[in-house]
Amino acid sequence: MSEDNLTKPAGSRSKGSVPESAQRILELADDELILGWRNSEWTGIAPFLEEDVAFSSIAQTEIGHARAWYELAAKELGTDADALAFDRDSDDYRCAPFVELRLVPDWAQTIARHWLYETADAIRIKALKASDDPDVAGLAGKIDREEAYHRIHADMWADRLREERRFTEALDSLWPYALGLLDKEQRDRLSEATGREQVEAVERRGHTGELRPLWEEMTMVRRSIPGAAW
Amino acid sequence: MVTAEQVWEALAEIPDPEIPAVSLVDLGVVRDVAVEGGKVRVEFTPTFLGCPAVEVMRAQMAERINELGAEAEIEIAAEGWSSDRITPEGRRKLAESGFAPPAPGAAPTTLLQIQEVISRCPYCGSTDTRLENLFGPTPCRSIRYCASCRQPFEQFKTL
Repeated sequence: MSEDNLTKPAGSRSKGSVPESAQRILELADDELILGWRNSEWTGIAPFLEEDVAFSSIAQTEIGHARAWYELAAKELGTDADALAFDRDSDDYRCAPFVELRLVPDWAQTIARHWLYETADAIRIKALKASDDPDVAGLAGKIDREEAYHRIHADMWADRLREERRFTEALDSLWPYALGLLDKEQRDRLSEATGREQVEAVERRGHTGELRPLWEEMTMVRRSIPGAAW
Repeated sequence: MVTAEQVWEALAEIPDPEIPAVSLVDLGVVRDVAVEGGKVRVEFTPTFLGCPAVEVMRAQMAERINELGAEAEIEIAAEGWSSDRITPEGRRKLAESGFAPPAPGAAPTTLLQIQEVISRCPYCGSTDTRLENLFGPTPCRSIRYCASCRQPFEQFKTL
């Protein structure tokens, strides 16, 4: 089996006008942008100051990774990263429903998603590092080293909350969403890494009702003052 | 005609936008300088991908090169930055300004690896320090605490 999930055949949401390889990169970029946005919602209100700093920093790194993926896709599509991040309609985003969920102010759910996401993302990044496309493999390598700090943070919290009922319930409810982050052939590895059985996944095709309000807030300046620079 | 050496010297005078005590050359973000006629091509590699200082660095480098009378072309290198690229001079300047330099080697993969690293307090020199937060005010820094002089300090992450 090829480790390179950028060479997979077109998915159900592919649009004829955008090449498949760029679509695949947009999935990664959109996941990181939307999750980065969700993580940033903890800025100022995390349970304690250390986590306020942690989630703000993680959000910044995820959005930095999104920018790097958007820049790569933009080269192929002849546009720029900001246009891809902010000028598409919310229906055209390719993120998984998993990252759309607004989980503030529930800390147990936030940590559950953080841990599931980082565990799944590690599997995905490993595959991307073996991509035939040197730009993709190179960027995945850079991202992987930065993500190590996110994984350490997520593992530390998952370990601390492992016996807590609210945390295990959050894992149960988010698990089908987490599976939807990965290609089908990568999901066994996520089961193995998390010790959870395969269930029906919430796939990356539609969007939850939670994306639209986020999109409206995120693109507000861009939409109200096209071309604004600051 | 400008020489590569002159360009390196000019870039070595640009302070890092977030830690002005060290220059872009000290930090190892400048990878390569190539001069072709009146054109200078700089390959640089920002510390973290989410570093908000990237555009400021890029603009400052272009400005200095223009001052030397050459046209600047600033490109991001394919290869990523590693904290081992910080020069010995850069490490010394970091410590003098209250930042513990990064532990050498590859990025850690477990909390244990980070906890096992002996980190010296940049204020009193004690190694009786502990990790307070993996994350800090910028993506490239963690927060530590010195149990000896009771001073929190920032540690450059190993990347």
